[in-house]
Amino acid sequence: MPRTLDEKLAILSDAARYDASCASSGTSRRDSRSGGLGSTEGSGICHAYAPDGRCISLLKILMTNFCIYDCAYCINRASSNTPRARFTPQEVIDLTLEFYRRNYIEGLFLSSGIIRSPDATMEDMVTIARKLRQEHGFKGYIHLKTIPDAAQELIDQAGLYADRLSINVELPTEQSVRAYAPEKSPATIRDAMQRVKTRRTASKDRTHTGKRPPKFAPAGQSTQMIVGADASTDRTILSQSTRLYGDFGLRRVYYSAFSPIPDSSAMLPLIKPPLIREHRLYQADWLMRFYGFDVGEITAARADGNLDLQLDPKLAWALANRHLFPVQVQTADRDLLLRVPGFGTRTVQRILTARRHRTLAYDDLKRTGANLKNAHPFITLRHWSPGALTDSADLRARFAPPPEQLSLF
Amino acid sequence: MQTIALPRIGTDHAWRDAARRHLGLGTPPEDLLWAFDAPAQTDLFGSPEAPAPTPSPALTMPRAALDLADRVVWHADPQRFARLYAFFWRLKSQPGLIRDTADPDLIQLRQMEKNTRRCAHKMKAFVRFRDIAPGTDGRRRFAAWFEPTHHTVEPTAPFFARRFADMDWMIVTPDVTARFEDGVLRFSPGSPRPDLPEDATEELWGTYFCNIFNPARVKISAMTSEMPRKYWHNMPEAKHIPRLIAEAEARTREMADRAPSLPPVRAAAIRRSLPEAPVQTMDALRARAAAANETQDNGYGRIILGEGPQPAPLMVIGEQPGDVEDQQGRPFVGPAGQMFDSAAQTAGLPRKACFVTNAVKRFRYTLRGKRRLHHPPDRGDIAHGKWWLEHEIALTRPRLILAMGGTAALTLTGRKDGLLARRGGVEETAHGPVLLTLHPAYILRLADATARAEALDAYTQDLAKAAHMTGLALPLRAQGRA
Repeated sequence: MPRTLDEKLAILSDAARYDASCASSGTSRRDSRSGGLGSTEGSGICHAYAPDGRCISLLKILMTNFCIYDCAYCINRASSNTPRARFTPQEVIDLTLEFYRRNYIEGLFLSSGIIRSPDATMEDMVTIARKLRQEHGFKGYIHLKTIPDAAQELIDQAGLYADRLSINVELPTEQSVRAYAPEKSPATIRDAMQRVKTRRTASKDRTHTGKRPPKFAPAGQSTQMIVGADASTDRTILSQSTRLYGDFGLRRVYYSAFSPIPDSSAMLPLIKPPLIREHRLYQADWLMRFYGFDVGEITAARADGNLDLQLDPKLAWALANRHLFPVQVQTADRDLLLRVPGFGTRTVQRILTARRHRTLAYDDLKRTGANLKNAHPFITLRHWSPGALTDSADLRARFAPPPEQLSLF
Repeated sequence: MQTIALPRIGTDHAWRDAARRHLGLGTPPEDLLWAFDAPAQTDLFGSPEAPAPTPSPALTMPRAALDLADRVVWHADPQRFARLYAFFWRLKSQPGLIRDTADPDLIQLRQMEKNTRRCAHKMKAFVRFRDIAPGTDGRRRFAAWFEPTHHTVEPTAPFFARRFADMDWMIVTPDVTARFEDGVLRFSPGSPRPDLPEDATEELWGTYFCNIFNPARVKISAMTSEMPRKYWHNMPEAKHIPRLIAEAEARTREMADRAPSLPPVRAAAIRRSLPEAPVQTMDALRARAAAANETQDNGYGRIILGEGPQPAPLMVIGEQPGDVEDQQGRPFVGPAGQMFDSAAQTAGLPRKACFVTNAVKRFRYTLRGKRRLHHPPDRGDIAHGKWWLEHEIALTRPRLILAMGGTAALTLTGRKDGLLARRGGVEETAHGPVLLTLHPAYILRLADATARAEALDAYTQDLAKAAHMTGLALPLRAQGRA
């Protein structure tokens, strides 16, 4: 049954919405003054926001949502009754360019269900990226969702045209992948990530004549994990991401709260997506990457290995480690300042520069934009000392949201 | 008191020139009035600026301060020029001030800088072009109407010029209009909203916007904090937002209420066409066998997998399950199994340490009255059994395989001829070393008592050899008891 472009777009963007990533930042700088269309200038741009609070930066679509795999959590699995459609490569190219010219998007995020074979699918995706780059001189951002089972030569080609490659690990543990995505193999996924990492490293080496090889996926690689579909604890999830960041040099690990899908599989619960948990995982992820925390410290607060849903992980850590506080803002080193709840990396940088010029007082700190509501029990400086507040028994209650009356009906 | 009139277009250079001149002349901030885009006198007592009497002396300011000024001049606050000048006045005698992040004046200017930066960023994000008829030279032409909060068109337009170099475009605002034609960027005073032609692509964009939204996770404040309502009326997709929010809850509820559906017919066909997924654990293999056992073919029993530790140093492979095995669902429990057990005990081979299984997995029989009589396996049965056996071998990773009888020999070595001559020898195969021996059922069927005793003796020797080779041999005490 032939479908109009509008119908196809509806089906294939609907199918793509469960991918969390929409980043368009961190790639090489280029523009169209010497020909072609488009530019990337370091920071990404979110061109719109949907009512789910997510940024729309890229045209995020599936090439097709026909799929021969049967992953329980996925709306496009073979056993789902969702309507199916397929774009021709030219349709994807036209949509991308026309949206781009109207300043709706930063580029394309192309993913696909697996049709015929992983290789055939990956080949079509690479063709689209190649045509955009070579025939249309497209300089915008391209993110390709790589199919891990595809031939390595195809992944190598994809990296030459795409800014970012991603391969989803899908679930935090190998057992869960086996249970819910029987056709996928964690070992193959790891191999593909390793391949991308090796190629990226190789692309940075100059030859003996000093020539640079072509850039390979300059915005790096990322992955996504579904949270709340299996029984993994936050500690398991965060340890897995630490491993991924370390082993494969990933730019980002995305956490996607498992969200009920239309026409769901009987294997998985139809629950409200655990959005708070997702948020806490992102906070913990940031603490690990930019604040010098490690997994053990963040998840030590609770015996069950999960994060405290009521408090952000940094505050929870500080409450559990009060012997380190209050911190002397005027003299403490950077590492310790970064551990103060309410102080972000920018606030800490401002404190470090400002205190060379003056003895910081409470009001100075307030003006620099520090979140003193969270920080005040944990710091001491001119005109402020928390006194017994740091060790007071009800400190947690001051931060935790008040208990909520449940609805009786 | 002097009034300095700054133009709407080129404000940054005009301010910088004036500031440099007056800082050089030593004009204190309170003696200057700054006017924006108003050539007329704005202060009753002020006089238009007189031309500089002397050339201004060289003046150096920190780079960071100039960058700051270049952004703050575009702010909408009428006091911005005076604030900047006052700060530069202080900076002249105190150049380190630009790094004092706690200075109140600097904090205020940084805040204004942040506002213009954000406004410029939002302009890059939220300008929406519409396609208008192409010009005579064939270049495509686009136009947009936008209402910025600050005077950000001029500093932001070069971004659009870098991005859309191969088309002509125009951004009209109430403040300033930017026009890019044939690679040249020009600015002119702003104008009221022009009448732009409809663009069909806006409908497609709306479709995309509605479908990328996930109704199960509504977070309206996250949206409005990044995309404030003041921008909505110039964005074609924003007209869908109220409907999306209103319908979200009902859509989610509908999703939850709908029971899991049956897979479409297509799914079964797809699954059949797929190569089998690798089985990675014994439990998975057993689960697969259990699934296969739900339907049974005529003349065949159920699939019976082997038992024993995993991994195991020795794997013992017989022919096929018999009637008793099929009833109990375990291998090697019938008469031949009992014979194996007793011979193994004599040979000092502990059965519990080996993985015991059969080359063919299902009992094949012919019905004779109520009795199910053993029927020798044919090639098809052997091929069927081989898939399962290979998985068992891969999962068990034995150091040695003991193949008992012709069928096991055929499956593992590819031939079953000359078994009596080959028995007791180890053959290298794709599955690792295989020690060939007789099948206990063969020994049981021998009618002649002497021949049977000899065969049993040979069989026991082979078992002892296997036990010895894999280091499983029990101490003599066990042998003496036999």
